[in-house]
Amino acid sequence: MRRGRVLYQDRMHAAVPDPVGLKLDDGRVLRETDVVWLPPVEPRTVFAVGLNYSDHAKELAFKPQSEPLVFLKGQRSLAGHRASTERPIDAAFMHYECELAVIIGHTARNVAAAHALAYVAGYTVANDYAVRDYLENYYRPNLRAKSRDGATLLGPWLIDGQELGDPQDLELRTLVNGHVTQRGHTRDMIHGVAQLIAYLSSFMTLSPGDVILTGTPAGVVNVAAGDEVVTEIDGIGRLSNFLVAEHSSASHKVNGHG
Amino acid sequence: MARIRSRSWGIEIVACAARSMSLPIAGRNTVYGVALNYKSTLLSLGCSLSAKPYWAPPSAPVLYIKPPNTWIGPGDPIPLPTDVAAVQAGVTLAAVIGRDMCRVRPESALMHVEGFTVVNDVTVPHSDYFRPAIQNRCRDGFCPIAAQLIDPEQITALDALEMRVRVNGELVCVQSTCGLVRPVANLLADVSALFTLAAGDIVLIGSAPGAPLVRAGDRVAVEIEEFARLENPVIAEPAARLSP
Repeated sequence: MRRGRVLYQDRMHAAVPDPVGLKLDDGRVLRETDVVWLPPVEPRTVFAVGLNYSDHAKELAFKPQSEPLVFLKGQRSLAGHRASTERPIDAAFMHYECELAVIIGHTARNVAAAHALAYVAGYTVANDYAVRDYLENYYRPNLRAKSRDGATLLGPWLIDGQELGDPQDLELRTLVNGHVTQRGHTRDMIHGVAQLIAYLSSFMTLSPGDVILTGTPAGVVNVAAGDEVVTEIDGIGRLSNFLVAEHSSASHKVNGHG
Repeated sequence: MARIRSRSWGIEIVACAARSMSLPIAGRNTVYGVALNYKSTLLSLGCSLSAKPYWAPPSAPVLYIKPPNTWIGPGDPIPLPTDVAAVQAGVTLAAVIGRDMCRVRPESALMHVEGFTVVNDVTVPHSDYFRPAIQNRCRDGFCPIAAQLIDPEQITALDALEMRVRVNGELVCVQSTCGLVRPVANLLADVSALFTLAAGDIVLIGSAPGAPLVRAGDRVAVEIEEFARLENPVIAEPAARLSP
């Protein structure tokens, strides 16, 4: 089963796929452009895993991680399908990252990898933008580069874990303005979904609604305002995003120190 | 001394950790911490900040997140993880955001603050700031938050507040909000230039170097002058059992 969450006429609705687009919980059938899409679950803690595909680690000239490289995201970084994401005007290199997103369904602590998939509610597609110009070597990847407003997209649908089957047998890709720029396969993850759940739950409690973004394969390229970026994973869905130039209102810029 | 104004938080109540209790934060908010926000910390690190793996001192605030599994209230136990001997009790002033702030100037930053409180930013000691430190900062119960919300107007010397840590009743550490790389208003403004701070979010202003270590069996209290106080017992975390 697939489910999503949308805003329609200022009210939040649960939705399911329909040949026209989507069907709301009250039975109304709409096109996907008629609604504002929210992440398919209300996310609690959002974990992201860096350098989890060896080809991407190589692309960035880093050694693959022996222990998962995990960082967290602020709530304001999240948005849904068909959102517009601001691209900073002064940044030379901002790239998308197509990722398998795992949604936790049950409280998990000290879970063995062999049982870990039983704690998964389902999966969705993520696009986790990075602004490389803003990287610094403190708690890298730092929040300035990876937790910008509306630069972590989730959706459109959550698919049940049971229905999807093996999360390590999925092809994923990114299309920029219709051209494939990134292609990978989840079997090439260094730390698979079950290992990541076992790792995180070995030192902290995972709760329903927690989201784990499992990393991106090679093939990240710079994108520009005006681009449409589609990240898709076979069997899960197709997440669309539009880049717009950052609003340059009277703004406070961060002051350098030290 | 200003009067303490303790009141209901006016923010959604969240059930948390071992028992249900009210905290000044909702599950859909974020608690941000700031490392290296004391000049003395930067001074002690000295030339190492210009060497591998950092190559330059930080320019933007060095931020981390204390996720919901870390949030506990007054009196709730702080579990000492089985793989560490002791944890640091880092007293910090915490700003509770009252209305969304995005690219706000320092002069108007404090207008976006609902109030201040005290947080014990519990941390496994670490000296490496290169990679995100979730194993050191994000264990269960590592972010005790006090119940008092202090009206900003009641604090006249925001950048010279005395902060204390007591372990088993004994005063072991006295810190101050002076000596910050970014004083409160500048910090909030600079963070709001990176992303939006939302109503209900909390920003921890930072812990000074020299945070005392606490062990299982200790009772640790953090205080900001007479405004806010928070005490929690430290307990040994139950041995890990792999759940099926």
